[in-house]
Amino acid sequence: METRRDFLRTAVVAAATATLGEVALGAASKIPSPDRRGILCDLTACIGCRSCEAACRKEHGLSSVSSLSELGRSNVPERRRPSPDALTVVNEYKHPNGAGSPTFVKVQCMHCDYPACESACIVGAISKKESGPVLWDTDKCIGCRYCMVACPFQIPSFQYDTALKPDIVKCDFCVHRTEKGGVPACVEICPVEALTYGRRSALIEIARKRIENYPDRYRDHVYGEFEAGGTSYLYLAKTDFKELEFPSLKREPMPGTSESIQHGIFAYFVPPISLYSLLGGLMWINKNRQKAEEETTE
Amino acid sequence: MSTLTTPEPLTKKYITPGVIILAILAFNGIAFVLARLFFGIGAVTNLSDQYPWGLWIGVDVAAGVALAAGGFTSAALGHVMHREDYHAIVRPALLTAMLGYTFVALGVMIDIGRWYYIWHPLLMWNGNSALFEVGICVIIYMTVLYIEFLPIVTERFMGRVQLKGILSILNRPLESLLRTLDRTLSKTMFLFIIAGIVLSTLHQSSLGTLMIIAGPKIHPLWQTPVLPLLFLLSAVAVGFPMVIFESLLASRSFGLKPEMHILSKLGTMVAPLLGIYLAFKLGDMVIRETFVYLLEPTTESVMFILEVALGVVLPLRMFLSRAVVRSPLWLFVASMLVILGVLLNRINNFIVAYTPPYATGGYFPSVGEISVTVGFVALLVLVYRFLVKVFPIISVEQRHTSPVTKYSIRGTAK
Ligand code: SF4
Ligand code: SF4
Ligand code: SF4
Repeated sequence: METRRDFLRTAVVAAATATLGEVALGAASKIPSPDRRGILCDLTACIGCRSCEAACRKEHGLSSVSSLSELGRSNVPERRRPSPDALTVVNEYKHPNGAGSPTFVKVQCMHCDYPACESACIVGAISKKESGPVLWDTDKCIGCRYCMVACPFQIPSFQYDTALKPDIVKCDFCVHRTEKGGVPACVEICPVEALTYGRRSALIEIARKRIENYPDRYRDHVYGEFEAGGTSYLYLAKTDFKELEFPSLKREPMPGTSESIQHGIFAYFVPPISLYSLLGGLMWINKNRQKAEEETTE
Repeated sequence: MSTLTTPEPLTKKYITPGVIILAILAFNGIAFVLARLFFGIGAVTNLSDQYPWGLWIGVDVAAGVALAAGGFTSAALGHVMHREDYHAIVRPALLTAMLGYTFVALGVMIDIGRWYYIWHPLLMWNGNSALFEVGICVIIYMTVLYIEFLPIVTERFMGRVQLKGILSILNRPLESLLRTLDRTLSKTMFLFIIAGIVLSTLHQSSLGTLMIIAGPKIHPLWQTPVLPLLFLLSAVAVGFPMVIFESLLASRSFGLKPEMHILSKLGTMVAPLLGIYLAFKLGDMVIRETFVYLLEPTTESVMFILEVALGVVLPLRMFLSRAVVRSPLWLFVASMLVILGVLLNRINNFIVAYTPPYATGGYFPSVGEISVTVGFVALLVLVYRFLVKVFPIISVEQRHTSPVTKYSIRGTAK
């Protein structure tokens, strides 16, 4: 099944690309800066203390819960996702055979290299910055929530309970800190160094080396290296990422197909203008024919 | 054509028991709109981070745009193909499209979080976004529809501007304004009519592109790269059934004779259009081998079968029968099935097929969402009823004119 769909999608994209050349590729062809930063999240190291959650809330002035004890470790509902008062959350996944230790998964925006949210946004309120982060612009956003429909990781959150000026809320990579040479709040607080901030290419090397040195500890898969065209957040784990509910995504950027179609329809406005002329011509011919008929019948 | 008909303002009285029921529904909807404005989207809808789009986008916007397709399909038939005999349907279809798009715009406004920023897409462009294209095309097309409607306004008021009292000094300027407008418009109207058709094909198809970027969140029965084509074909197929449906409904409600001579002819065009749509839909299914999902007893498979069997195959068979096309009742039923089919398709595409990767529950529209949707439809019908009483839109048979006048009109018409 999958392979056939793959084939079709690739065929459509290839056809569109071939006929339209350069224009067919929009943001999906924008090469991300080789210098962009990322975070490597080693799930085999994380102890699920949720300090990063607390630090993140404090950093962004969200909700009163800021101390670790208040957050607690018990009673964590399953499948928690980021929300307007938590840009990152840590979920627990029990060991498959019950006896082993659980795996904790920190969840936040992946800061994709080819973000679906950026491609989708009706007003271009979301943009991938050269240094890595994918940021949201409150001055543009109209609150249509198409970015949420598009994101394959179910990340952007919306302030449904705000009447007048609801925001789209998601991790901002702590740009206010990194701009000044700092590291994101979650990376700084982590007591076991499960999080590493740095140049994405360097992080991939580190990850590869860890896999090589400890083949028993890691599965040979750096999640985010290729998924959906690559993400700035990278994950290492012992178990299959599917068991940790990471979506199985292909290597092609999410916006590929839709952007090819969009650019196909609008290639230099040729298709709409051709249609316009065609209809105009038809209208003219039909009108004249009608006139001619009328003249002959009279 | 044997009977002579011209569009006229209708004289039947406005208030009927049906109108009162519609008014109640409309008020109920408006109450929930106010609640949404004062307390936020979360207060009246079941939308969430898991299900960011629901009934309002699926029905008010996506289905609304599709069902207003009668405007551009009948414009293509009446003006581009220049078939004079269909001119009687062009005005009602134009009015429905105009009102339809107006309510689509209202639907969008209450659904987006920051409604006062609705103009942003005009200045802030993102050519990669299918939603941007839909937005821009809908805004321009709505303007075009209002321009196309202007000649009806000038026709109604030219030579009849009679403001009383102090306002009477405005009579002369207003009158000349109407005349200039009328003259310019009649020379340039074809530009707008063609633009309307082009804009329609563009955004009808781009509505289909919307869900492509959602990738694996959309059930494979619907997720396909040819979605834009399927959306366009189904919009084209539903255009005439919608015109037939409204025309029959209007003539019943206003006590006019149904214009079967036109409607039957329109009806014969529906089957081929539906056939093309069905062929592409099934062809896509065969190529992608998605029929395997039909064997699983899921909501999705049931809804897909309902959509195709009841909304496409059955009416297709009906429209192929001469008896159906000639009977007002059966023509009405068949048209309604096509309309339901397209409605169901849009609901399926935007709501049923959408499964978030980390779902912890399902989505079903809240009382508030349903009230607003129903209220908007009721309001649309009420405004339609009002406008056909003010403007010459619906063609009325000239029963009371003497044969002599008939001949003279016919003579001068040529
Ligand atoms: S994870 Fe989602 S919100 Fe974050 S950049 Fe990727 S598509 Fe956008
Ligand atoms: S909700 Fe805001 S950020 Fe998201 S797509 Fe709409 S305008 Fe863009
Ligand atoms: S602070 Fe570190 S160890 Fe604690 S939950 Fe976050 S990533 Fe895991």
